[in-house]
Amino acid sequence: MSGRLKPITATAIIFFVVCAIAPLFVSSWATLFALILAKGVVVLGIILLLQAGQVSFGHAMFFAIGAYSAAFWGKYMGGGDILLYIVLGGISSTIFGLIVGLFVVRYREIFFGMLNLAFSMVLWSLLEKMFHYTNGADGIRVARPGLLGMSFTPEAFQYVILYISLVVAIAAFYGVQRYLESPLGHMLRAIKANETRLEYLGTSARHVLLIGYVISAFLGGVGGTLVAIIQQIATPEFGFWTKSGEFVFIAILGGGAHAFGAFAGAAVFEAVRFYAAAHLADSWQLILGVVLIVIILYAPSGLIGLRQRSKQGGH
Amino acid sequence: MANVLLSARDIKIRFGGVIAADGINLDVHEGENLAIIGPNGAGKTTFLNISTGYLRPQTGTVTFLGHDITAHLPRTITKLGIARAFQIPQLFLDQTVIENMLIAAASLKGRPSGFKALSSLPEASEMERLLDLVGVKSYAERKARELPEGQRKLVDIALALALKPKLLLMDEPTSGVASSEKLGIMDILTTALAKEKVTSVFVEHDMDMVERYAHRVAVWNMGKIQKVGTPAEVLADPKVREQVIGI
Repeated sequence: MSGRLKPITATAIIFFVVCAIAPLFVSSWATLFALILAKGVVVLGIILLLQAGQVSFGHAMFFAIGAYSAAFWGKYMGGGDILLYIVLGGISSTIFGLIVGLFVVRYREIFFGMLNLAFSMVLWSLLEKMFHYTNGADGIRVARPGLLGMSFTPEAFQYVILYISLVVAIAAFYGVQRYLESPLGHMLRAIKANETRLEYLGTSARHVLLIGYVISAFLGGVGGTLVAIIQQIATPEFGFWTKSGEFVFIAILGGGAHAFGAFAGAAVFEAVRFYAAAHLADSWQLILGVVLIVIILYAPSGLIGLRQRSKQGGH
Repeated sequence: MANVLLSARDIKIRFGGVIAADGINLDVHEGENLAIIGPNGAGKTTFLNISTGYLRPQTGTVTFLGHDITAHLPRTITKLGIARAFQIPQLFLDQTVIENMLIAAASLKGRPSGFKALSSLPEASEMERLLDLVGVKSYAERKARELPEGQRKLVDIALALALKPKLLLMDEPTSGVASSEKLGIMDILTTALAKEKVTSVFVEHDMDMVERYAHRVAVWNMGKIQKVGTPAEVLADPKVREQVIGI
């Protein structure tokens, strides 16, 4: 049995293949798919924390740190390389995640969520107010970076960043799914189920949550870097609480039981935004709201839960 | 006389106006099954909570194999060799029974992996043996949530045994279990403890269970130990019969 591919893994593989091929036929999809993949990477971090029953309403801070790492490098050092930016974004968000994590993993549920929100709003304020360094609300433009010494035209670049995002997304998807099935992943779920028992088994629940938190910060930073490169700008809005809410929204939409939920949610979210914005201008959130209500009512485990429901129905 | 595993000296703790431990002195000897009996509110569970680091006494010390564990955290005490089973089984309900066991195995081993699958841990066969020992191996692939109360109790005990403890503290191992199942559960439990060479302390209200399975009995009353002795000695004591058993 172990050699057989699970349906959800097969769906994930199909999704990644579509991301690789479809934009070759519709060039406007290259940026859309790259954004879906980059945001999916961030949402993987939210899904990790959901395993422990914790919802962070401040994870956009790591997203912003990743984005500003690339922006600052470009502004102060000049030049830049996609891989360098990703490494910088990953390292800086990991360090920041460790510092914030040491504090927030002491709290649970609403306190955990609100403390994350508070930290993210402090960062947002700093990005807004330190105009001399950050350009305030205007943000910092992220000049189109090269890759291993090569530079690209705007048309070619959208495919380069798409495929880089795809590779990062597949690696993050694989790593997170392995993590969820590992002892540490199961212990993360054990925090949600029965933290007291976990302590009585000799394991520190805080330590387990801190590891998960730092990984989720790393994913947030890497995703933020990718989005800054794709959109060629980093603004304080990257760290605003509504952005954190967006990531939580996508995680609930996709479902937290499997790493693929992050990408399923991101795909629906970005597709609805992309097409609804074209037709409804400023009212596109209305469509998203309706989609979320339908998901909560009919698929409380998210889009990936639909598959399990239909499977149970089949039996 | 066997070695003293756990030793409590002059333990005192008060919750507001209630004195839950008022100068508790008790030794637990290696290899014995010590029953703790007493009326509700006498301080029996408080003693277990203090011995496992969940509560810190206001005065007094608890030593385990000569180490002072009074101010230690539950997880540190667990690592030293004291495991606990609960009155209400404390399981990870959305995970399977074998996953519950493997989480315990990974905890015991330390430095759990974030990449290798839990199911591939080499301890899997040992965990299955323990489930077999307590008679719940057939439930291994079922979610803990799906098990009846009696089986959950046994899994809770198997989880504790997975930690390879020297001492197991159990809070009412047969409470919430149908009378017809109690003897069966205690038989399985005491056989497993003897086989794994685990000393036990168990809080119990059923005097039949105490008489059958305890080597010694400690009687708790209003935060104090009223008497310690063999089941025959203790259950024959008129004061214990009147004040604790209610005969």
